[in-house]
Amino acid sequence: MTALLARRRSKFATAAVLLVALVAMGGAYSVATSANRAQAAPRTETSTQVEQGKKLFLEGCSTCHGAGGEGNFQPDGTVAGPSLIGVGAAAVDFQVSTGRMPLANPGAQAPKKAPIYTPDEVAALAAYIVSLSPADPGPAIPTPDMYDYSNLTPEELALGGQLYRANCAACHNFAGEGGALSAGKYAPTLMEVEPRIIYEAMLTGPQNMPVFPDTTMRVEDKQAIIGYIKSLETQPNPGGIDLGRLGPVTEGLLLWTLGLGLMIAVAVWIGVKAK
Amino acid sequence: MSIEQSPHSEDLPPHVPRRADTDPRAAKRAERQVGLLFIASSLATVGFVAAYVFISTEDLLDLPFFGNVSTSNLALGLLMAVALFAIGAGAIHWAKKLMSDVEVINERHPEGSDEESRAAALAEYERGRDESGFARRPFIRNSLLLSLALAGIPAVVLLRDLGPLPGNALRHTMWTEDMRILTAETLQPIRPEDLEIGTLVSGVPEGIDLVLEEEGNLNELAKAPVILVRMDPEDIKAEQGPADDPWGYEGILCFSKICTHVGCPISLYEQQTHHLLCPCHQSTFDLTDAANVIFGPAARALPQLAISVDTDGYLVARGDFSQPVGPSFWERG
Repeated sequence: MTALLARRRSKFATAAVLLVALVAMGGAYSVATSANRAQAAPRTETSTQVEQGKKLFLEGCSTCHGAGGEGNFQPDGTVAGPSLIGVGAAAVDFQVSTGRMPLANPGAQAPKKAPIYTPDEVAALAAYIVSLSPADPGPAIPTPDMYDYSNLTPEELALGGQLYRANCAACHNFAGEGGALSAGKYAPTLMEVEPRIIYEAMLTGPQNMPVFPDTTMRVEDKQAIIGYIKSLETQPNPGGIDLGRLGPVTEGLLLWTLGLGLMIAVAVWIGVKAK
Repeated sequence: MSIEQSPHSEDLPPHVPRRADTDPRAAKRAERQVGLLFIASSLATVGFVAAYVFISTEDLLDLPFFGNVSTSNLALGLLMAVALFAIGAGAIHWAKKLMSDVEVINERHPEGSDEESRAAALAEYERGRDESGFARRPFIRNSLLLSLALAGIPAVVLLRDLGPLPGNALRHTMWTEDMRILTAETLQPIRPEDLEIGTLVSGVPEGIDLVLEEEGNLNELAKAPVILVRMDPEDIKAEQGPADDPWGYEGILCFSKICTHVGCPISLYEQQTHHLLCPCHQSTFDLTDAANVIFGPAARALPQLAISVDTDGYLVARGDFSQPVGPSFWERG
């Protein structure tokens, strides 16, 4: 202790104290939040699920989406959070179980991140959002048989590819690697995305993605598209590095830097007089 | 021309001999290096043939960082690179280390021929003119000129095979009144209530499959595709068509899918901004404002297709596009 006191005027003292304080705060916070998590035991009864969902919603979502999910519209016209009434369980499952919601900070796009809520909590939130508009509950979470792509014939896979190129490739790239939209927005990669999540994205049109409802893109069409996307994941790269499969930009960059660099190096070697 | 003969050789910096010039062991070493490069090239060539014969194209090799690589491709590429590069590298190394590197000045000489050669050439030409009678027999000369002039005509006639000229084909698509709009690829008719707000549908005209089969080409499919979007009617600022009878239907708008810049299929639709972007050159159309161009190289708004609903409740076109779809062309006006 005396040794510590003796060093209190050291130029590192302020930084050290700050560091200790920050670590302590962070630790206390994570202990507190994990204690909250432990309280949220999985329930099966729907009414208690709605109750639990409401509680979670008020804690984690209501700041932006309003206390009753009605949205938060500022007087100047900006939307802090859109209304969630009638968005459906599929939208909640997509946004929350991929970690896109709750949003870490407002920006051009809500990025995918580690989910905050457990699957039970997501189900509770979905039940609560559905309970807000019983007359028009919005799209439900698809059942596993809807996105089961294991029994597709080669013909159906080929149709999936045609549908993918007609409807998805403009934003998500021909190889499903995603791509840029305007003003900082982007279409995320489709590689390693769960079939349920892909289905829900088509069904609900999250953020700037348009909606592809089951009426104009039938369940079997969505199945074929998912099967095609999954077949893209296993495509081999006979040339080695796939360079992100982003097309001519990365390939051109490689040739301009590595290829031209090599040629310049050889030209310099030829030109230098031998010793 | 050697250094002794050059009048300017005293301007050069003094010649510095290389190690291989003075040290026989260094020369021997350089000789060995050059020879080994050529032998490496020979071995790589033999290896290339062996790799082609013995390595299955199915084999995959797991390399760090590169991932799974086709063993055959990798071996063929590397061996051919060594085979070619080592020949060049050996030649350069040889020239740099062992061949003479004494500095030499190569004097320029006048580029024109001397008077005597020029006079001889002129005399030869005149003798040919007189002996052939080219100037003396105008009938032969003129008939020859005629036949040469006509010889180019078959090439012009053959250009016709590039045709026929497109005629009206660029100005019209197969859309007609009451033709149903079907989903692309799956060819299902569409009801307005199928489209919730924010929906995007790629559409084609009914019967497109029969037309493609009949014509044996994709010309109609290249012109006719459309996209359907549905937005909140309050978001729509302007539509194409007369103000009292706009071409949309209850917030459903139908536009040509062919970009007016160079004709890429355009379906990068941002549901919240209602901007439609072309993935080729980022032309951006504002679908709330009659699909006018707000960014990028496209010169014209996307043509809107007037739509309605038939007696069975399916979305149909009210006729063809009112202007040519796709990129500009010379006669478009």
